[in-house]
Amino acid sequence: MTNLLEIHSLTMMFGGLKAVDDIDIYVAPKEIAALIGPNGAGKTTVFNCITGIYNPTEGDIFVCRPGGVKKRINGIKINKATELGIARTFQNTRLFPNMTVLENVMIGRHCRTRAGVLGAFLRDSSTLREEQQIIDFSYDILVHVGLADQVNELAKNLPYGDQRRLEIARAMATEPFLLLLDEPAAGMNPRETDELRELIDRIRNDKAISVLMIEHDMKMVMGISDRIFVLDYGKKIAEGTPEEIRENPVVIKAYLGEDFTIDA
Amino acid sequence: MNIFSELKKSLIVALWFVFLTFPIMVIRVNTIEKIIEWRWRNMLIIAIGSFLVSLLWRYLLTRKQTQTDSQLEKRPLSQLIFEEPKVYKPILVLIGLFVVIFPFIFSSYQINIMTTALMYVMLGLGLNIVVGLAGLLDLGYVAFYAVGAYTYALINHHFGLGFWTILPVGALLAAFFGILLGFPVLRLRGDYLAIVTLGFGEIIRLILENWNEFSFGPSGIAHISRPGFMGINLNLNESIIYLYYLMIFFCLITIFVINRLQNSRIGRAWIALREDEVACQAMGIDKTKTKLTAFALGATWAGMVGVIFAAKTTFVNPASFTFLESAMILSIVVLGGMGSIVGVFIAAMILILTPEYLRAFSNYRMLLFGAVMVLMMVFRPQGIVPNVRRFYRFRRVTSNPGNLYDKSS
Repeated sequence: MTNLLEIHSLTMMFGGLKAVDDIDIYVAPKEIAALIGPNGAGKTTVFNCITGIYNPTEGDIFVCRPGGVKKRINGIKINKATELGIARTFQNTRLFPNMTVLENVMIGRHCRTRAGVLGAFLRDSSTLREEQQIIDFSYDILVHVGLADQVNELAKNLPYGDQRRLEIARAMATEPFLLLLDEPAAGMNPRETDELRELIDRIRNDKAISVLMIEHDMKMVMGISDRIFVLDYGKKIAEGTPEEIRENPVVIKAYLGEDFTIDA
Repeated sequence: MNIFSELKKSLIVALWFVFLTFPIMVIRVNTIEKIIEWRWRNMLIIAIGSFLVSLLWRYLLTRKQTQTDSQLEKRPLSQLIFEEPKVYKPILVLIGLFVVIFPFIFSSYQINIMTTALMYVMLGLGLNIVVGLAGLLDLGYVAFYAVGAYTYALINHHFGLGFWTILPVGALLAAFFGILLGFPVLRLRGDYLAIVTLGFGEIIRLILENWNEFSFGPSGIAHISRPGFMGINLNLNESIIYLYYLMIFFCLITIFVINRLQNSRIGRAWIALREDEVACQAMGIDKTKTKLTAFALGATWAGMVGVIFAAKTTFVNPASFTFLESAMILSIVVLGGMGSIVGVFIAAMILILTPEYLRAFSNYRMLLFGAVMVLMMVFRPQGIVPNVRRFYRFRRVTSNPGNLYDKSS
């Protein structure tokens, strides 16, 4: 099977700074891949290149929807990337704070629905039907991520862990085939992290969505990933299964300096 | 202890005010008899007055702070009213009755004022799309109003076409200008957007003022036809009443349309754009399209009101489209509550009608206006009637999460 995401020798420069330097990454169908590395290694920059926020200086980014055609998406518009089927969450949650939980997810349905201005005026039967579909679909996703009790709560009033999950729900509403999660477990306590891990696993298994995530929680990364890419100073220094990465001396050195091992 | 420190602070404020106002309120130099009058009584009044006001101000501020902590969960009164059909239905009926019989109990002067107020309701609701929903601070909104007014004035002057023919033309042309403004400012946000829109408003006004061959310059265009009523010629009094009902009709349409818009897919996209632009795009919303729709639809209402304005006054000149008008419409939106239809309605009524009825204190009119704005922003920044997010109905049945995607398509 072809890979969903293939990145070939991606380089992103900001002025003279090479934030990302000639890296290769790929994600296979139904796979959970992780992008790890110390702070400032260029992980989020890679995400921003994939989702069209940045236009990469060099290299190619290809995506291929399961059963679809391979497509180069360098410098694609942000919303087009989402329409293609790449959804993401943000490092600092970026919800719509003054909208309800349900509405936040409903926004995710925008690119999969059609109703226009005229439909809004007339409220004809097809618009109404679509509207109800949006609501039901969004509600189902909220049930799926376990936020069904807070549907009418304002997003800003949710506890932090729930906000993170809502962001995932919102991304899921766009019906992606590839989900990019930027530090989903940041700021979560161990119990919430376990729930999140279970949720990500379920998303992969039930929906056949591949996940590429940036994460610092090594226990989670090692436990859930099929493949791990390690970045340091913009360069890819290692790639492999969790076991391989755990043993890799270059990775240990990058993270901890000499003479340490990672316990996970 | 706390009260003591509050008293001390108020005392300092009072002393400061006494010091500041001393030269103008206490000393009076009589230049004819060459003597200096010392009006100590004024000083005492200012001291006591500012002391009490400062005390009240502090008390209100502390009360507001404790309120936000304890009453966060309490729902606003306005929302409770709208949720209870038994309460709001009679109110609506009463308002409706009042609106219908209004022209028969008041003089044509009053009707005229009310028509103007209704025009501002419509302008406020239109700007509400751009500022309240889409969060694009537009300080040049009056430009679209001018476009509508001049469309009718010029076409009527040159070709003699009537009100009902030009109304859609004015609306469309304003929408076109909205898109014209929208394109260059797509990348701008906040302060920068405000400055550019401000400039756009001024450009339109200056063009109208200086391009004499086109717009007849500052002298404006006179003798514009009033709206016709199925070919019947109305006298002045009748046409005032007719315009009033017309305005009521247009306001109802506006409220109807905007209410539907803001609870639609497009409306949600606007609100998402306001809340977080990057996240909004990352959710697959086309920023360009969404922003341009907001600008165009907002401008459409301004264009329509412009046509009505030209028909109502039968005279237009650039002096009616100054920045002050934009500021006024923006104040209506902010004061009423961003994104709230009822709020905008109430705010327009207050801001347009109060100055009219306060003509007796015309010297202090703007002072009062400013004071009200400051007080509102300090004590109720969310507006008179804050917009409440809508709750949706959905199937309560928890479906099997596994087959989610089958239902969509």
